Amino acid sequence: MFLAFTGTVHSAIAQGVIWSIMTLGVYITFRILDFADLTVDSSFTTGAAVSAMLVAHGGWNPFLALFGALAAGMVCGFITGFLNTKMKIPGILAGILTMTALYSINIRIMGDSSMVPLNGVDTADVLVREVIPGISAANCQLLIGGVVTAIVIAFLYWFFGTELGCAIRATGNNPYMVRSLGVHTDNTTMVALVLSNGLVALSGGIFAQMQGSASVDMGTGTIVIGLASVIIGEVVLGRHVGFLPRLLCMVLGSVIYRIVIAVVLFLGLKSTDMKLITAIIVAIALFLPTGKRKVQAWNDRRKAMRQPVLVPDRAVEDSIDGSDKDPDEANQKE
Amino acid sequence: MLRLQKVCKTFNKNTVNEKKALIDLSLHLKPGDFVTVIGGNGAGKSTLLNLIAGVYPCDGGSIWLDGNDITRLPEYKRAQYLGRVFQDPMRGTAGDMNIEENLAMAYRRGKPRTLRWGVTKEERALYREKLSVLGLGLEDRMTSKVGLLSGGQRQALTLLMATLQKPKVLLLDEHTAALDPKTAETVLTQTDLIIRREHLTAMMVTHNMSHALQFGNRLIMMHNGQILFDIGGEEKKKLSVEDLLARFRDVQGTTLDNDRMLLS
Repeated sequence: MFLAFTGTVHSAIAQGVIWSIMTLGVYITFRILDFADLTVDSSFTTGAAVSAMLVAHGGWNPFLALFGALAAGMVCGFITGFLNTKMKIPGILAGILTMTALYSINIRIMGDSSMVPLNGVDTADVLVREVIPGISAANCQLLIGGVVTAIVIAFLYWFFGTELGCAIRATGNNPYMVRSLGVHTDNTTMVALVLSNGLVALSGGIFAQMQGSASVDMGTGTIVIGLASVIIGEVVLGRHVGFLPRLLCMVLGSVIYRIVIAVVLFLGLKSTDMKLITAIIVAIALFLPTGKRKVQAWNDRRKAMRQPVLVPDRAVEDSIDGSDKDPDEANQKE
Repeated sequence: MLRLQKVCKTFNKNTVNEKKALIDLSLHLKPGDFVTVIGGNGAGKSTLLNLIAGVYPCDGGSIWLDGNDITRLPEYKRAQYLGRVFQDPMRGTAGDMNIEENLAMAYRRGKPRTLRWGVTKEERALYREKLSVLGLGLEDRMTSKVGLLSGGQRQALTLLMATLQKPKVLLLDEHTAALDPKTAETVLTQTDLIIRREHLTAMMVTHNMSHALQFGNRLIMMHNGQILFDIGGEEKKKLSVEDLLARFRDVQGTTLDNDRMLLS
C-alpha cells in the first residue's frame, strides 16, 4: 500500500515537472502580460501532435521533434496575437477562436485521426534508457523534463531581463506608459503570446512522447491546470519574491498540483472528476483576494460594534457607518 | 517647432452624444516656449495634448514637428519626440517594476528594444545622480517597486522619466491635479527647474489659474474646443487672476462657470 503510494507520488512529480513547462507558458500570459490565453488548451495538443507525428511518421530524432512542437506552438500564439492586436478581438475571444480552429488543424496534423500511438517508436525516453540502462520510467521522465525545464527557466530569466523582456513586463503592467515610451504594445503582446504558446506546445510534445501517444483531447483543460499551478506556486512562496524564485515556484506549483491529484485519485475519486476539482481549486484561489477583503470588513464591523459605549448613541452609529465604508474605499483605491 | 494647423476632433460622431472637442485649432510653439493651458471642463485641453501625442487621430488638420508632418504617425512612434506626464500618477510608471527598470525603459524611449540587458551598470550611476537631484531620497531605493511610492514621488519620477531623453516637446496633462497642494507645489517647482535647466519646449495643462500665471512664458485659455486668447511675454508677466477672468468675460460674454478653476 505504502509502496504503491510512493510510486504514484514519484510519477506525479515527474509529470508535474513536464507540465511545469506549460505552467511557465501560462505564467507569461496570465501574470506577466495580464492576458488569460485560452489558446493553450489546443496549442498543448498541437505540440503533442507535431512531436508525435514527426517521431512516428517523419522519422525525426525525438529531441529534434520537440523543436518542431515548439515552433508549431509559436505559430498558434502568433495567430491569437494577430487576432487580438491587429483585428482588435478581445483577448479571451481571440484565444477561444484559435483554440476552436486548432481542433480541426490538430486532427489534420495527426493524419485525419484523433490519436497517434507511439508504441514501438524511438521516443526521447527510449533513447535515454539506451544510454542509461536500468533507469526507472519515472526517473527517465524526471530527467528529460528537468533538463528541459532548467533550460527554459534559464532562458526566461535572461529574456525578461533584456530590453524587450522589460518592455513585455511593462506592457502587462501599464500599456499606456509603454506606448508613451515608444514601444509598440501590439508587438510586445505578440512576442509574449508566441513565447507562451511555444512553451505550452513544447510541454505537450514532451508529454506525448512520455505517455506514448498523442490524442486530440489531451489538451482540454490545460488553461485551468496552468492557472491552478500558477496560483499554487504563488501561494507557496508568496508573490513578493524575486523573478528567479518566482519561476521556480511555477515548477513547484505544477508538481504540487500533480501530487494533489495523485492523492485524490489514490483516495478513490475517478480521474474524470479531476477537471471539476481543478476548476474548484482555481475558483477558490481567484476568490481569495476578494474573500480576504470581505472577512476584513466583517471583522472591522464587529470590532466597531463591540466598542464600549462611552459616547452618545449617535456617535456610535457614526462609527459603525464609518467602518462600513472602509472596505469599499479600499476597493476603489485598487 | 510644433505647429498645429486647423486641427479638429469630434467624439461620438453622428450620435446624440456628439461632442466637438476641438474646432479648427491652430497653434505654433517656438523653441523654448513654456505654454500653460487653462480652460474649464470640456474645453479641449486634454484632447489637445492627446492629439499632439497621437493617442487618437485627428479628424482634420495637420500637426508638424520640426518641419515634419507627424499627423499620421502612431503614438508609439511619436514618443521618440515627446515626453509626457499624465494626471493619474499610476499612468506614467509601471508599479510592479522597480525604479531603475522604469528609468531604463524611459532612457530607451524611441529606440528599438533589443535583447541587450534592460538595465546596465553605467546607467545605474546616471539614474542615481538624476534621482538625487529630485531630493526625495529615491536614489537609495532604486530597486524598490514603484508601486510602493506615494503619488507625488511617482509624479516626480515620471517627470524625470519624461525628460531623461531630452524631448522636443514636454507634454504635462494636469500632472499635479491628483496631488495634495504641498506635493503639487514641489512637483511644479521641480518641473519648472527641469524645463529651465534643459531648455525644454513644454505645454502644461492646468486648472489652477495662479499656476498658469506663475509658470511659463505664454498662456493659452481654451473654451469649447477653441483658443480664446494667447498671451505671451511681458503682457503675461503683468497678468493677474482678475485680469484673466475679466478677459474671459469680454471674449465670451459669460462668466466662467467652473468652480474648480475659480477656487484654486
